[in-house]
Amino acid sequence: MSESSLRVVWVYPDLLSTYGDQGNALVVERRARQRGLKVARQDVRSDQPLPTSGDIYLIGGGEDRPQRLAAERLRRDGGLQRAADNGAIIFGVCAGYQILGREFVNDLGRSEPGLGLLDITTVRGDGERCVGDVLADVDERLGLPQLTGFENHQGVTHLGPTARPLARVRLGRGNGIGDGTEGAWRETVLGTYLHGPVLARNPHLADLLIKLALDVNALPPVDDRWYEALRAERIAAATVSPS
Amino acid sequence: MPESTEPLTPRARLAVTAGKAAAAVSRAAGRGSGSVIGGRVALKVDPDLLGRLAGHLDVVLVSATNGKTTTTRLIAEALRAGGEVVSNALGANMPAGITSALAAGAKARFGVLEVDEKYLHAVARDVSPKVIALLNLSRDQLDRAAETRMMADHWRDGLEGSPATVVANCDDPLIVWAASAATNVVWVAAGQEWKDDAWSCPACGGVLQRPDEHWACGDCGFERPTPTWQLSGEKVVDPHGSAWPIRLQLPGRANRANATTATAVAAFFGVPPQTALERMFSVTAVAGRYDVVTHQGRDIRLLLAKNPAGWLETFSLIDPAPSPVILSVNARGADGTDTSWLWDVDYTRLAGHPIAVLGDRKLDLAVRLEVAGLEFTVCEDLGEALRVSPPGRIEAIANYTAFQDLRRIVGN
Ligand SMILES: [Zn+2]
Repeated sequence: MSESSLRVVWVYPDLLSTYGDQGNALVVERRARQRGLKVARQDVRSDQPLPTSGDIYLIGGGEDRPQRLAAERLRRDGGLQRAADNGAIIFGVCAGYQILGREFVNDLGRSEPGLGLLDITTVRGDGERCVGDVLADVDERLGLPQLTGFENHQGVTHLGPTARPLARVRLGRGNGIGDGTEGAWRETVLGTYLHGPVLARNPHLADLLIKLALDVNALPPVDDRWYEALRAERIAAATVSPS
Repeated sequence: MPESTEPLTPRARLAVTAGKAAAAVSRAAGRGSGSVIGGRVALKVDPDLLGRLAGHLDVVLVSATNGKTTTTRLIAEALRAGGEVVSNALGANMPAGITSALAAGAKARFGVLEVDEKYLHAVARDVSPKVIALLNLSRDQLDRAAETRMMADHWRDGLEGSPATVVANCDDPLIVWAASAATNVVWVAAGQEWKDDAWSCPACGGVLQRPDEHWACGDCGFERPTPTWQLSGEKVVDPHGSAWPIRLQLPGRANRANATTATAVAAFFGVPPQTALERMFSVTAVAGRYDVVTHQGRDIRLLLAKNPAGWLETFSLIDPAPSPVILSVNARGADGTDTSWLWDVDYTRLAGHPIAVLGDRKLDLAVRLEVAGLEFTVCEDLGEALRVSPPGRIEAIANYTAFQDLRRIVGN
């Protein structure tokens, strides 16, 4: 963590920003500023080198071809692995989550190497796409309330021995292997299928990223009225009428 | 394809009659205009009907993510200078609705048809259009629509070897990718404010460089073609360099872009720009869009914005701050059930406007606006939104079903 400001890097918005992924960068930025932190946000396109000294890296969702291109360019760049070695916080969503793993199936139907930052392997499911609301209980070690979000993917992600599930679904498909797991995490690298602006529905998760980056146990409270109202509504809607 | 003089076959005539009967039943039952149900019955009796009905017409197809309904209206008005026009003016833009529209046009010279993006390929194959106008492609209804770039690929496959003249927006790289497969293309610089679906080169996946209005791929050389028609401020510049003032009753840059494309299409059929543009002035609200209504003593302008590109164009045409704004968002089937797109819209453009928030997903909007650092009031219904809005004409911006809800409430 730099002394002057929290450095938030949004990785490859030109390729991985299909589902409102900018929301995660905006929420982290807003909630850090509300705590009086200075924030330096850097949106890095896929023809630019990734800085290795960021505090929080956000990597979003995208369609199959952009996902392959992003993986190719991230492997070639090497910056995200170096940032992880430096202890940066890395949060991947959907296609970005898969890229953080060992390998996934690309748009050409072939196995594409990921970055190996999470011990996960993704294949393409042969069933229907997972589309709809998700409700999940977070790994208790992370100390977070329920996750609420929306998923839209065809991936089936298997967790290896060093990856822990981020959450267990009450509603929705999550990792799609039928064991109820959703997402994965290890140390400072976290991934989820709850796509797009997942932090807007889960501000405590945004705060967790900030706390990990600052290496603190708590943050000053902020006005969460609208987040809480939205969470209550979506959790109630998901509980009453599973979509 | 029958010659223009060839009468409909008995089977096709029966199909039209069956379709009209079904439409009449549907109307009598109070189920709207009946155009879609009529078309479905007609197609069932004779699957080749679409082609037969279009056989004697000069057909123009219009497709895009945004602006196709309005542009279809503008083209139809312009072409009436040259003969009778049949058109699916109510936006029934899938094959069944198109069939119904054409069935009403036995005496017409032109068929001007809005086509849903997914059906462009199939409809173009059936009706042998003279002109295909392509305006823009961007993200829309992400929970179910195919990805935008794949749509461009699909169009490109369909246009390969097509004898139609494609009138296409050279400022949208995805449109250029689709249209450049066609043999005859008229490039129109119609502009495109939304750029976030085309940073990646559709040809090779490289990153597009966009220093100004020009764009080019640094890797493969795919670049913006030179336009022959241009939107320049409030004027259309024709291929000879003459500038024609655009006078519309429809607001905004996007509608001037639509008028520019419509002028180029009309010129293809020999209608001069001045005539075309003068005729377009008669187009007012299209299916309630841009209508100013009075409700509970307040003037409200109804603005439809269905996706991030649409919201961006809408923000550019509203009255300046501090005019009051009402935002309403639903996420029902016709809207797409995923509200993620709200985060692709730059709501900071509304800074300085008093904002009232409505709709099934008003809480999603509330969080979005909170994170944007804006002041807003969350309201239970339109009445409350009107009460909390300070004096002045209100700009009400809503997505698809929220817009229909507003129209119903204000009796529009
Ligand atoms: Zn290229």
